[in-house]
Amino acid sequence: MHKFLIRSFVSSLVLLFTLTVAAVAKDVKAAFVYIGPTGDHGWTYQHDVGRKAVEAAGFKTTYVEGVPESADAERVLRQLANSGHDVIFTTSFGYMNPTNKVAKEFPNVKFEHATGYKREHPNVSTYAARFYEGRTILGTIAGTMTKSNVIGYVASFPIPEVIRGINSFTLAAQKVNPNIKTKIVWAFTWYDPGKEAEAAKALIDQGADVIAQHTDSTAIVQMAEKAGVYAFGQASDMDKFAPKAVLTSVENNWGPYYVDRVKAVANGTWSQKDTWHGIGDGMVVISDLDSQMPADLRSKVKKLQADLASGKVHSFTGPIYDQKGNLMVAEGKTADDGMLAGMMTYVKGVEGDIPK
Amino acid sequence: MIIDINFIGLIIASIMASAVPLILASCGELITERSGVLNLGVEGMMIIGAISGFALMTVTGSLIIAIFGAMLAGVLISTIFAFLTQTLITNHVATGLALTIFGIGISAMIGKNFVGIPGKEFPVLFEGLKDIIPLLGPILFGHSIVFYFAFALPFITSYFLKKTKIGLIVRAVGDSPESASNQGINVRLVRYACILYGGAMSGLAGAYLSMIYTPQWIENMTGGRGWIALALVVFSTWNPIKILIGAMIFGGLTIIQFHMQAIGVRIPVQFLTALPYIVTIIVLVVISRDSRKIRLSTPSSLGKSFHKDN
Repeated sequence: MHKFLIRSFVSSLVLLFTLTVAAVAKDVKAAFVYIGPTGDHGWTYQHDVGRKAVEAAGFKTTYVEGVPESADAERVLRQLANSGHDVIFTTSFGYMNPTNKVAKEFPNVKFEHATGYKREHPNVSTYAARFYEGRTILGTIAGTMTKSNVIGYVASFPIPEVIRGINSFTLAAQKVNPNIKTKIVWAFTWYDPGKEAEAAKALIDQGADVIAQHTDSTAIVQMAEKAGVYAFGQASDMDKFAPKAVLTSVENNWGPYYVDRVKAVANGTWSQKDTWHGIGDGMVVISDLDSQMPADLRSKVKKLQADLASGKVHSFTGPIYDQKGNLMVAEGKTADDGMLAGMMTYVKGVEGDIPK
Repeated sequence: MIIDINFIGLIIASIMASAVPLILASCGELITERSGVLNLGVEGMMIIGAISGFALMTVTGSLIIAIFGAMLAGVLISTIFAFLTQTLITNHVATGLALTIFGIGISAMIGKNFVGIPGKEFPVLFEGLKDIIPLLGPILFGHSIVFYFAFALPFITSYFLKKTKIGLIVRAVGDSPESASNQGINVRLVRYACILYGGAMSGLAGAYLSMIYTPQWIENMTGGRGWIALALVVFSTWNPIKILIGAMIFGGLTIIQFHMQAIGVRIPVQFLTALPYIVTIIVLVVISRDSRKIRLSTPSSLGKSFHKDN
């Protein structure tokens, strides 16, 4: 009998101890769901850099790579919510419906969906970056640096995010150089180095001496380096891949936002939010400006960067016309977020049609 | 727009450069298939070659070690396939598919530390002659050694299969392993050799992508080119010269559709992007419609396992 007593005493001690440890170590756990592999050196890679910042801030994180935007996403989300994660970041547009659906089933778990607009439940927030602000800077540089007045643009898919980028880039380039022509080539891929390089080569062969890209790999800047033309880095600083060609890069910087939100969960101050941050909040970062750019251009760009950050300058300031000459934004007005979010028409000066 | 003769030269040169990995992998797979083995693992062997070449180049700094290392890596991974299909007599299709999945997975794992590292410049030959001759200059000169090798390979392969004794043995093994075996040929040994050769060529094709064409490593960078190489072998009806034609058409249309977009030709872009696939198949089907010749060059026991009781 006393053996039993001792045993139960010991086991209850052990149980108590475990419970105490569990209570003390009740850390906030964050999970990240990625559309691609973390090794893409583009979109997913930059989100993972953000995740590492959360880890560095002392929180536990997990991630799942290559999750298709289908019923699979729901399964993964449910699994993550069930296994004790307090906040889940879903980092692709197509996770919008799965995120909201699973959020309903787990009201105590916070969900953060990137680039979406649906917040059907109080535990769902959305966030995105104003990359078009970065493209205003690239357009200014491209319009100034081109000698052939032909600028090449390798695009991925015809969605508002990409169209907005093309428009913002072209508007800025035309402002400094009304004679420029933007040639757009659709690669229909987010990353396929071979295809991207071929698209860039076609543009260069046709006289483009500055190449912009809205695809993820470094193949384009490398092709530009080989051909002796200028280019811009995408998503991360690509200068080391093409030191002569890359004038600057637009970097996606998710880290500060992620750390903020996970801390908010830990402090119990998390609330639903729709975040659309740009240069001003540091979510869009402009890398170092290359010394090949003339000093006055560099100081002009610095000023533009500061003005975009403070809100003094807006990328879409009227008058803006579409290709047919219809007024899109009136003089003195700026495009509102609703218009930006659904932008599916080219502005005047962009050549060609949007693929349907 | 002005059609300038050097512009055409530049376009042809970029078409040829994009055809290189397809030619290499297809010619390798062709030998494998002519010995009667269907290896669907081309994509997997290519991606293994791509990461091995890039990793070795980064670690050792030697391009020669990297190129041969990539080929060796292709040989090693195809050894797994050879062992399974020839020694353990597993199903060719299932094993080949497994090889592709395995290759993509393991390359991603090895590649984790190599993402975001710039590649090295690969030396090109006869750079100086490029501008001397119009049109032909950019086509013929200023390319890497792998480029020249790729364009010689279909002719070497054709000669090997038609005119050499070993080529004849390979074809005999692919057509009728039983008869070949009765003639005293070691069927298993020949098939092993052909599989390993196919692995080496796929490895080289991958290394071309990660070291020369777009010098960098990112996951899945072969982007399905292994599957296109496989399709080229079949649609060319196991003829290396037709592989060359098919690879050029495929590469050519991919690049020309970008040019058409840039010029502003008003054809739906989705149609343009599908064009390479459609036209390559149509052309190869049309040039290979002689059924007698197809029968002659098709390895009759393709994909069938060979057991020898001894």
